[in-house]
Amino acid sequence: MNPRKRRRLYFAAALVIAGAGGAALAVSALRDNVLYFYSPSDLAAKHVPPGVAFRVGGLVEKGSVIHAPHAEIRFIVTDGKAALPVSFRGVLPDLFREGQGVVASGALTSHGVFDASEVLAKHDERYMPPEVVDALKRSGRWKEGEKQ
Amino acid sequence: MTGEIGQLALALALALSVVMSVAGLTGARATGERARAVATSSALGMFVFVVLAYAALTYAFVTSDFSILDVAQNSHTTKPLIYKITGVWGNHEGSMLLWVLVLAVYSAIIAFARAGSARLTSAALGVQGLLACAFLLFILFTSNPFLRLDPPPFEGAGLNPLLQDPGLAMHPPMLYAGYVGLSAAFAYAAAALITGEADAAWARAARPFMLLAWIALTAGITLGSWWAYYVLGWGGFWFWDPVENAALMPWLVATALLHSALATERTGAFRSWTLLLAILGFSLSLIGTFLVRSGVLSSVHAFASDPTRGAFILMMLVVAIGGALALFAWRAPQLKSGTAFAPASKETALLLNNVLLSAAAAAVFLGTLYPLVLDALTGTKISVGPPYFAITFAPIFVVLMLLVPFGPRLGWRRGDLKSALRMLSPALGVALVLALIVFALVAPRSLAVIGAFAIAGWVIAASAIDVAKRGRGAPLSAYASALAHMGLGVTLMGITGTTAWRSEAIDVLAPGQSMPVAGYTLTLQGVENVQGPNYIAERAIIGVMRNGLAVATMMPEKRLYPAEGQEVSNTAIRTTGYSDLYLALGDQRGAGWTLRAYVSPLAPFIWFGGAFMALGGIAGLWGRLNARRSSALLQAVPAE
Repeated sequence: MNPRKRRRLYFAAALVIAGAGGAALAVSALRDNVLYFYSPSDLAAKHVPPGVAFRVGGLVEKGSVIHAPHAEIRFIVTDGKAALPVSFRGVLPDLFREGQGVVASGALTSHGVFDASEVLAKHDERYMPPEVVDALKRSGRWKEGEKQ
Repeated sequence: MTGEIGQLALALALALSVVMSVAGLTGARATGERARAVATSSALGMFVFVVLAYAALTYAFVTSDFSILDVAQNSHTTKPLIYKITGVWGNHEGSMLLWVLVLAVYSAIIAFARAGSARLTSAALGVQGLLACAFLLFILFTSNPFLRLDPPPFEGAGLNPLLQDPGLAMHPPMLYAGYVGLSAAFAYAAAALITGEADAAWARAARPFMLLAWIALTAGITLGSWWAYYVLGWGGFWFWDPVENAALMPWLVATALLHSALATERTGAFRSWTLLLAILGFSLSLIGTFLVRSGVLSSVHAFASDPTRGAFILMMLVVAIGGALALFAWRAPQLKSGTAFAPASKETALLLNNVLLSAAAAAVFLGTLYPLVLDALTGTKISVGPPYFAITFAPIFVVLMLLVPFGPRLGWRRGDLKSALRMLSPALGVALVLALIVFALVAPRSLAVIGAFAIAGWVIAASAIDVAKRGRGAPLSAYASALAHMGLGVTLMGITGTTAWRSEAIDVLAPGQSMPVAGYTLTLQGVENVQGPNYIAERAIIGVMRNGLAVATMMPEKRLYPAEGQEVSNTAIRTTGYSDLYLALGDQRGAGWTLRAYVSPLAPFIWFGGAFMALGGIAGLWGRLNARRSSALLQAVPAE
């Protein structure tokens, strides 16, 4: 084997080992760290056990936002067909408003309240998170041209 | 008038880009002398017309010409002048024009620097012409910034207030200088494949462009992360958001490319691999552009968008990446291979660097694209959280950083591992001492934190040894790698410190009430209303006490931009250089206000490290340009 071939072999071997190791790491990490997205209707249809992390999205129901002590905020996320009570402790994004799109990540408590660890609102007036648009379309609450 | 001038300039630039690609590729043949001259002048012409179009759009923004749709939708008369100028790239159309402007600048630099042979330069210009042509078509047909609005409104819709910030104003141009800078590396790689000149001289010609792109990417990512930290009000600096990943992937590949091209330039090793990396680096830039501009992502960076743009960029992506890879598959086997090297050599170190960086980029790629692919195939919506990236990314970087100090200490072709270890033994000592200090002083003890500090100490001390060994009087570029590697260690310290030791407190305070956070006592003294140039703000005045002594008064704000109808919080940060006290003001609750406070030890190190890395790159580039000038003067240029 000439040096050039040997070097190629080393290189290929290093690449294969790194690639296989990386893939193994990545796949096992992916399996444990994927967050599913559900709309309130999805949640009504299928049972998600408490403590399993996922993301939920929809509109913040008008008149549902309650400020509880210790900076806790409670509100209801709806897609028009089903609704989910959410509790969040923290500073809400600046664009959080009643009647507008929101995506929250967290898990259900044993009382069926979604305990959110993070709340994302749309970040400009014309933009709506794609997941929320999709959830609203599926529940029949989305009309093209209403995008503003 | 402005709109028509801009439109016309873009059309002429498009025509010149076609000329440039045809002439440039024709000039790649040995006999194409006349074509080469045409390619050079059309690159210059295209540059002039793109600058003209860009100036026209800037003029329209500055004069608030609302007869232009783009201005009416994204500007406002009350906006400060600086944000009228930077607002040009605060929207989709303008930012694509900025993209083409940067591309035109790089084309002009390629035309005038004449790095490498005439045929190589010409072919590179040809490839740049093709890219410019594609992007100009994209702008003219899907994202025209000069569309008219009739009748013009009296007032514009304003610019997203989050973007009205000096840090973010500079972030897109920096990032684009990096993204598009990789197009120059890509063009040179394609040119090398076309002309067959993939030798050390090729690497010498292309490497300054890689360095420039890498410096800009490093600075752009650092600025963006800093902006996210102080604007978004969550105290975080990196969210593994798909758009952040879209910038990180090209950075990882560009870093690998810099190291691999170094070997190609010095010994002719890794020729094909360097070419492949140059192609992949720019491909990832294009993918990043697709992710950000097509509206497939939900992220703080996404603009409202229409699907034709996504389809257009996707097509461009397939043609550019597919074409370049096909060219690579066809021509790369014919390239000559470099000289052999021993297992303990600089080449081996650079090889490991490349394998690890590529693996890191692949891990990020998988986590970023997997949700998109799954959604497209099955309609299942998932997101991949930060833990995935931590689990895959951290081990790769641990190994990488353990190996980093060896690279600069090993010789080309055949290095001496024992003497390298001997030279690095003081760094080992520093790492152990640092680990012991962290072990003794900080509770709760965590193996990960202790290990991270040991690794950071190892890398920083090794870089210091490197500087000391070179002594004074060495050329600036000799310190480049030491500076950049040191930055890596400093950033690791910052990330570890903030992640492991951050304290957080949140409460509702009425005036006169206090809350504690990590040894500080924060007292809300009052909230006043402030009038800004285009916003009104509630400004909280917060007394900061430590050990019973008043140390500072901090004033976080909550700003309302009436033109845009948006609220933005303006955090207050008090930094000591090694620790940040960070306050964000929330909503009013009855008689009180929500206040969120963080103490983030070592947070500033994250950005200091980024600055070190960029400075290292600048030192390398500076040394390189100086060397080229003096060697041109002396006419004394043996290749090594």
